[in-house]
Amino acid sequence: MTEPVASAVAVTKRYGNTAALTDVTLAVRAGESHALVGRNGAGKSTLVSVLTGLQAPDGGEVRFGGGPAPPLGDRAAWRRLVACVYQKSTIIPTLSVAENLYLNRQTDRGLISWRRLRTDARVVLGEWGLAVDPARPAGDLNVEQRQMLEIARALSHGARFIILDEPTAQLDGAAIQRLFRRLHGLREQGVTFLYISHHLDEIYEVCQAVTVLRDGRRVVTAPVGELPRPRLVEAMTGEAQGLTGTAAGRPAVREDAPVALKLQGLRLPGTYEAVHLTVRAGEVVGLAGGGASGALEVGETIVGLRTAREGTVEVAGRSVKAGSVPEAIAAGVGFVPHDRHASGFVPTLSVAENATLSIADRLGRFGWVGPGRRRALAERYIRDLDITTDGPQQPVSGLSGGNQQKVVMARALSGEPRVLVLLNPTAGVDVRSKESLLGIVDAAAAAGAAVLVVSDELDDLRGCDRVAVMFRGRMAGEYRRGWPDHGLVAAMEGVSGEPGR
Amino acid sequence: MSQVAETGTAVVSPTRSGPRLARLRDFALLPVIAVLFVVGALVDRAFATTDNVLNVLQSQTELGLLVLAETLVLIAGRFDLSLEATIGLGPALGVLVPAWLHLSAGWSIPICLLVGVLVGVVNGLLIVKFRLSAFVLTLGMLVAGHGLVIAFTKGASIFKLPASFTYAGSAVWGRVPVSVWICAVLFAAGIVALGFLRHGRALYAIGGNVDAARAAGIRTDRVLIVGYVIAGLLAALAGLLYSGHYGSVTASQGNQMIFQVFAAAVIGGVSLDGGKGTIFGALCGLIVLGLIQNILTFAGVPAEWFQAINGVIIILALVLSRLVSGKAQD
Ligand SMILES: Nc1ncnc2c1ncn2[C@@H]1O[C@H](COP(=O)(O)OP(=O)(O)OP(=O)(O)O)[C@@H](O)[C@H]1O
Ligand SMILES: [Mg+2]
Repeated sequence: MTEPVASAVAVTKRYGNTAALTDVTLAVRAGESHALVGRNGAGKSTLVSVLTGLQAPDGGEVRFGGGPAPPLGDRAAWRRLVACVYQKSTIIPTLSVAENLYLNRQTDRGLISWRRLRTDARVVLGEWGLAVDPARPAGDLNVEQRQMLEIARALSHGARFIILDEPTAQLDGAAIQRLFRRLHGLREQGVTFLYISHHLDEIYEVCQAVTVLRDGRRVVTAPVGELPRPRLVEAMTGEAQGLTGTAAGRPAVREDAPVALKLQGLRLPGTYEAVHLTVRAGEVVGLAGGGASGALEVGETIVGLRTAREGTVEVAGRSVKAGSVPEAIAAGVGFVPHDRHASGFVPTLSVAENATLSIADRLGRFGWVGPGRRRALAERYIRDLDITTDGPQQPVSGLSGGNQQKVVMARALSGEPRVLVLLNPTAGVDVRSKESLLGIVDAAAAAGAAVLVVSDELDDLRGCDRVAVMFRGRMAGEYRRGWPDHGLVAAMEGVSGEPGR
Repeated sequence: MSQVAETGTAVVSPTRSGPRLARLRDFALLPVIAVLFVVGALVDRAFATTDNVLNVLQSQTELGLLVLAETLVLIAGRFDLSLEATIGLGPALGVLVPAWLHLSAGWSIPICLLVGVLVGVVNGLLIVKFRLSAFVLTLGMLVAGHGLVIAFTKGASIFKLPASFTYAGSAVWGRVPVSVWICAVLFAAGIVALGFLRHGRALYAIGGNVDAARAAGIRTDRVLIVGYVIAGLLAALAGLLYSGHYGSVTASQGNQMIFQVFAAAVIGGVSLDGGKGTIFGALCGLIVLGLIQNILTFAGVPAEWFQAINGVIIILALVLSRLVSGKAQD
């Protein structure tokens, strides 16, 4: 048997009282794509930081190709052995694309030649099909471009083993397909992958072997063929019962239910045109569309993160002042933003504070925030949303990615909003929590909220009464519950099918 | 369907190339400087003379070195308030220690600079290794430093300075004061180092995102400590020029300068959040401040109004640079 390309041997890692990893052993063989799955907070990203030499394990060791890992200080040696795209972006937004690509190796010695750096960068970006000006600040890139930049940079050090920590969580369907084509090409060249994702279908599409972590321990390692989806979920959750699937248990919305959200003639040149949409109280409506469809931007317009050039947003019959988040919240809009790191939460504040950030005024009078009520509320959300945390007082920066997303969801729900706008609400959330999250959305709707789910993930849209599809900035059809998956996907990709009934 | 291609074509179009835009922003204050020149010339004929320009430059050299020092630290996303104390403490000890220890006067300059290095080392180690708040720690160092100068000098100014000590701050090479030469060379070096050296760029990376910088293999702790040491050294050098310029070491040397330092840096486009700004920009900010003050002197503003007006100037210059550059300040 050949030596594994990389292995963790009995690795243990603690954060204060939390045992993030306990005695985890993992071996990745040359040429294979190995999946690492587990629920939010299972320890996946922690294992990644140990495998890439960002953190020393408290016990156990990391080995590469049969030899011991280099010392932690020797970053260059680590980067030659293992490349990584971390869950949290390591692109520096203030620096140019070219400089990000060649960070800390802009030159071997002497002065940096920016011209040469840009030329080199253009070549590398070209190979990756990334048509961006290398001189632009990386902060201007969209999510997919950043992701590709991270991958291009990670692989440019010559490593033949690459770790991808939830690379698809923020990408839309078309971008994911592009990413997969690239991964496939790399695999043909013999590159080895450790692949982390909460989209289990991707695991079966891309990987040969899978390792499941649960509560910081390894549960099982097996070829993917031997672990069909129900068994995989069972291993992740430790419960024999499979996924229940968000049944359409909600009664149909009555025709005379009041209109809670009404979009009229929204237009933002270059982004979206002629957007009309109504959502009734108690109704769950999907707004489907990938990155360039404008769906996300429409969602951001409703919550005040963007301002439309023309058109109005009405909540409960009253038009909302455009471009102001506080006004939107005051009008009764709760929302989950697209990029949780940029606008989702305040990392240094506690779970309780973040969850109640937009309703601080309701927790007490005269700016006084009642700690008892806040705590009680936070504890309820931790229970309802199944948030893995030490407690309401833990800073959100210490939570795993998926659990951070749940805190953002808690904040959106905390104001008991009339209109709930969710932008890719389940990005980075594990399968079981995805269910409970969508269940809670359902409950909110049943209690009378109007919900708009902006997403291109079928799982998110499944529970919707109606789905409006956008393509290239325009409304491209509407589907009622019972729509066929392929029809919806085709519409999102602009392959016009009959808008079904 | 391909969003990448779409945004891509828009971006690569030659009309909007990135570097030119970035460079333009860097030069945003140059027109302001030109306008100030015209205004100054209109206010008084003597303004636009070589003598006056050299005078303005010399009067800004000490402040200039502090701005250079602060810019390094700010770009790395940290603060250093203690520079204002080092500009007094360095020269004070540089003059006093040789006297106490009966050393030759030749020791004055090395000791002065050493004090700057030591302050930088203490700042750097405590902030980086001990994870103290840079703002409050250097504020403490500032107060302690001022206090030490008062204690050592017993509150009195020192007028008996060795000739070697005052040379750099008072001598003139071909009409241009030596201090201006020194300042020019150091600013040029700073511009090159932060624009074209890996270690200089590391400051930007650290200020932009420490975790990403660390993941890229930058020895963030070391770079930060060295940054503080260089800042301290520059502040001590500023003290040397200051003492040479005025022929004395006063107990209150440097008092309140730090406000001007921050003002110049921010006016010049350096972000207090780190990762943004250039040395050239900071230099422009410094010149704008200097010119406005000089014009006010020519306009005959009474001395007792100077401090109040200084505050207003800072605010005005800040507004002006915000309007000119179109960039939000933070
Ligand atoms: N910096 C930190 N400080 C304290 N606790 C941490 C820190 N990072 C992670 N943890 C804890 O360690 C555990 C494992 O976190 P990790 O990020 O590895 O989870 P994960 O499997 O990657 O989850 P996700 O799918 O949500 O990204 C979690 O309970 C988390 O709260
Ligand atoms: Mg993770």
